[in-house]
Amino acid sequence: MRVGNDGTRAGLDPQASDGKEWVCKPCHIGPYTGPKHEPVLRLIDVEKTLDGRKVLDGVTLEIPRGQITAIIGLSGAGKSLLLKHMIGLMRPDRGQVLLDGVDINRLTRRELYDARNRFGMLFQSGALFDSLSVFENVAFPLREKTGTPEGELREKVRGILRKVGLEKAEEKFPDELSGGMVRRVALARAVVTDPEIILFDEPTTGLDPIIRNSILNLICRTYHEHHFTMVMVSHDLPDIFQRCQYVAVVHDGRVVEVGTPEEIQKSVDPFVRQLVDGDIAGPVQLM
Amino acid sequence: MPKGIKDCTGPIVRAFPYRAKRMMTKENGMLLSIADALGSRAIRATRSLGKMGMFLGASLARAAVPPYRVHNIVKQIHFIGVKSVFVIVLTAAFTGMVLALQGYYTLRKFGSEGLLGSAVALSLIRELGPVLSALMVTGRAGSALTAEIGIMRIGEQIDSLETMGIDPIRFLVAPRLLAFLLAVPLLTAIFDVIGIFGGYLVGVKLLGVNAGAYLGQMESSVVLGDVTNGIWKSLAFALLIAWVCTFKGYFARHGAEGVSRATTSAVVVSSVLVLVCDYFITSVLL
Repeated sequence: MRVGNDGTRAGLDPQASDGKEWVCKPCHIGPYTGPKHEPVLRLIDVEKTLDGRKVLDGVTLEIPRGQITAIIGLSGAGKSLLLKHMIGLMRPDRGQVLLDGVDINRLTRRELYDARNRFGMLFQSGALFDSLSVFENVAFPLREKTGTPEGELREKVRGILRKVGLEKAEEKFPDELSGGMVRRVALARAVVTDPEIILFDEPTTGLDPIIRNSILNLICRTYHEHHFTMVMVSHDLPDIFQRCQYVAVVHDGRVVEVGTPEEIQKSVDPFVRQLVDGDIAGPVQLM
Repeated sequence: MPKGIKDCTGPIVRAFPYRAKRMMTKENGMLLSIADALGSRAIRATRSLGKMGMFLGASLARAAVPPYRVHNIVKQIHFIGVKSVFVIVLTAAFTGMVLALQGYYTLRKFGSEGLLGSAVALSLIRELGPVLSALMVTGRAGSALTAEIGIMRIGEQIDSLETMGIDPIRFLVAPRLLAFLLAVPLLTAIFDVIGIFGGYLVGVKLLGVNAGAYLGQMESSVVLGDVTNGIWKSLAFALLIAWVCTFKGYFARHGAEGVSRATTSAVVVSSVLVLVCDYFITSVLL
């Protein structure tokens, strides 16, 4: 059993294998009740070549609305690139990225920026603005994108900082924060505008187990409060299986398998097996 | 395939594969390789130039269209303008002083010491004021600008702006461009005034030129056209520095070393372009 910072048991039950609805025990909250099987994002045959190397090779993937989808794979497999394609930071050489059926690569600049208002993104490095304090970093999207009155804005930002346990650090600057604090501020900034879809690019990489679990708990709690659609690139195997409803395995720029965590854990694909078991022997030989 | 043309996969070979294959004999293989290498470079240079042009167009368009980020612009004017005043005053004073010193001994040979005021003022207003101010601003503010934007690029802060639906060119580049356009002509004006005063100190107080002659000759020889030419030049240099420095930072790559390379490149390219443009602007305005 994993115990979080707040003393509660962290993590979600794995996807029910007997067909019952998925329920998060620590939160005692039921699943998203909206049209959950309808994909909010669809990547169709996406190809991308960078510096002469094909980094995405015909990726087709659906991201279901209101669910947590994890993308796992080796480093350099193209997972972060997939996230960048989903939010239109990179354009595919071929293929489509559909957001509610609309190809985001055919949108005008203004339409694309409007579409991005539906997203929040947490970068691996946090990507906090160096010159702004913690408070200003979290308030930034609200100030820039919404007409929230100052009093309400301060209340909202302080509320979110309290939730991530950083209410006493609001005057600090990013270079005065630890790695875990940076990720928590980045998480607060990603959710402050209540986006529909949140993309996490390795939110816990490089953190110690306690901080990693506290971040995952925060993500879990945020999900249960708002039922955002979440896409999480992660290396935290097998922990990630307990915290998501779907898993996509990426290898060599391709999605090699998609399924529930249980299906992925029972996969017979040699690469997926090697990745899940963390075996040195297998189809991927690094040395 | 003949030896020496094995790696010949440049734009010419790609564009005309059939013809290239027919041409691939041992003798002309080397020529084809050279042509290919030159072609690759030309294409890269043209692409880079086009990218710079599009970046400038986008920056000017964002700068011209409201909403203006007044707070950001004021902050940048403070950084580019106010914080550069000391270095500008120092440079201007010594430039004026050395001009007076050199000019005095040259003019004395012809018995024309009285023209010292004109010589110092015209040199500063027409030429040295705009050019040296631009070079000082490039070194002090332009390099910092490239480094700042470059670090934001490397640290994914620019991507982060994009994901929030905020146009980074409008947010980062346009205010800096406007701040440069406002601050550099003002700094040039300060440079001119301080330079003339420095010349006055050396010419009149140290070398004994008549104060009335120094100021009187200057007043009669400097016309409005000289001042406006100086302003046009400083505006052109401001645009050039802002363009090159923001571009280099915006497209910085490969970590800390990449930012350092971008910063060096921004200062060198801006400085050289200022001098090159100075010649062409002078030839047009004269």
